[in-house]
Order: sequence, then C-alpha cells, then structure tokens
Amino acid sequence: MLLGPALGVSALLFVIGVGGVLLRRNAIVIFMCVELMLNAVNLTFVSLAQQLGPDGQVIVFFVMAVAAAEAAVGLAIILAVYRHKESVNLQDINLLRG
Amino acid sequence: MREILFWAFAGVGVVSALLCVTRRSAVASALWLVLTMCALAGEFLLFDAQFLAIIQVLVYAGAIMVLFLFVIMLLNLGRGGPSDLRGWFGRAVAVLLAGGIGVQLWALVRAVRGAGGFAGETAAYPLPTGELARMEQTRGAVGMVADPLLRQYLVPFEITSVLLLAAIVGAVVLAKRKI
Repeated sequence: MLLGPALGVSALLFVIGVGGVLLRRNAIVIFMCVELMLNAVNLTFVSLAQQLGPDGQVIVFFVMAVAAAEAAVGLAIILAVYRHKESVNLQDINLLRG
Repeated sequence: MREILFWAFAGVGVVSALLCVTRRSAVASALWLVLTMCALAGEFLLFDAQFLAIIQVLVYAGAIMVLFLFVIMLLNLGRGGPSDLRGWFGRAVAVLLAGGIGVQLWALVRAVRGAGGFAGETAAYPLPTGELARMEQTRGAVGMVADPLLRQYLVPFEITSVLLLAAIVGAVVLAKRKI
C-alpha cells in the first residue's frame, strides 16, 4: 500500500509550495509555487481515488481546468502590472491606485 | 518494483520542487517545476490514473508552463538579478508558517495511517485492492473517468466551460494595451 507515503509526499510538496509563496518576492515565481500546491493536492486526490473509486480523478480534472483559467488570468494581471510599474517584485507593488 | 518507482518519482519531484523554490532565475524555477510535474505524472501512472498522467504532461507541463515561460521571456526576466528572497524576518515567518502547516498535514497523514482509515481491509467502503485497475481494464482509461464526469458531475462540468470562457475573455481584456 502506497497510500500513506503518497499522502506524505503530497503534504511535503504542499509545504514546499507554501514556503515558496512566503519566501519569494518575484510575482511569477510565487504564481508557480501556487501551481505546485495545486499539483500536490492533485496527488492526494489521485492516491485516494485508488481506494475510494474514480470520483477523485474527476475532481483532478476540475482542479486542472481551474488552474489553467487561473494561470491565464493571473499572468495577464502580471503583464498589466508590469506595464504599469516596470517590475514584478512584490515590494514595488504596494498601491491599489495607479 | 512499484515501490522503487514510487520513491524514485517522489525523490525527483521533491528535489526539483525545492530547486524551483530556491533558484534565483525565474526561467530555472519554471524548468524545475516542469520536472516536478513530470515526476507527478509518473506517480499518477503508479496510481492507475493513466489518462490523468497524460493530461498532466499535456496541460500542466505543456500548456501552463509554456505560458509561464512565455511571460517570463516577454518581460525579459530571464537573468537572475539580485536575490528576491525575503530578509531574515520574512524567512523566519515563512519557515514558521510553512512548518506549522507541515506539522498539521503530517498529523493528518499519521491519523489516516494509524486508524487504518483507508489503508486496511477493516474499513467498510474502500475498493478492494486492484479494483480500480480492473475497472480500467474493462472500461478503458478514458471511460473510467468520463463516465462519472458526464453523469454525476455533469453540472460542474458545464460550469467549468463557462469558467474557461470567462477566463479567456478576462485574459484578453487584461492583456490589452488600452482598456
């Protein structure tokens, strides 16, 4: 049974993603760490699907669709902010107004 | 054999995830993340999710990461400038928060394993071992996922299409030079 180790690995990947989000200042790298967290959760779903039926795999599809939508919109926002501020460093992006 | 492959993929995935978080250059980070995603696709194969493994490589490692690389190169961020890691206080907070979440997740994993929750034959509802692989044999790798997707989860499936449409329109509007 590899369920326990798989849950452990996905927890570890999730924690690495959280650490990346908190540790970095580059908006694009933070975004990639969010994708890493989504992937870690997908591993949890897939490993539990082996015990509980294929529904878990269906959920992974929805997660992937949401991740694709989120990546497209988020990167567009980063592009717009970069045009405005000439930077993707979160320290330079501290105003809600232009 | 299955265990060896599992731990090999897990090792590659975790190490490349760590490298992704710590590399200074955004391009290097993106490429290490691609490796993590490919390793996770390998893990999916071991858990009888062949179709998802292919989709993982196509959509995540293919489409989404190409989008990331495209934006990185469009913004000319390829060269790793001065380190963008936070200062010592930020690092301490990051380690503390991530460690806290890690401890909680670890306790959850221990609880699942300790109770024999999903792992043992004692629980009532888990599928018998190899049942999912048998399902895959009879219904096919795609059919096994498509059947619940288009029956039980039909409404969420349709809502996903609206979500994707909204994302397309949003991305186009946001990326336009003049709104």
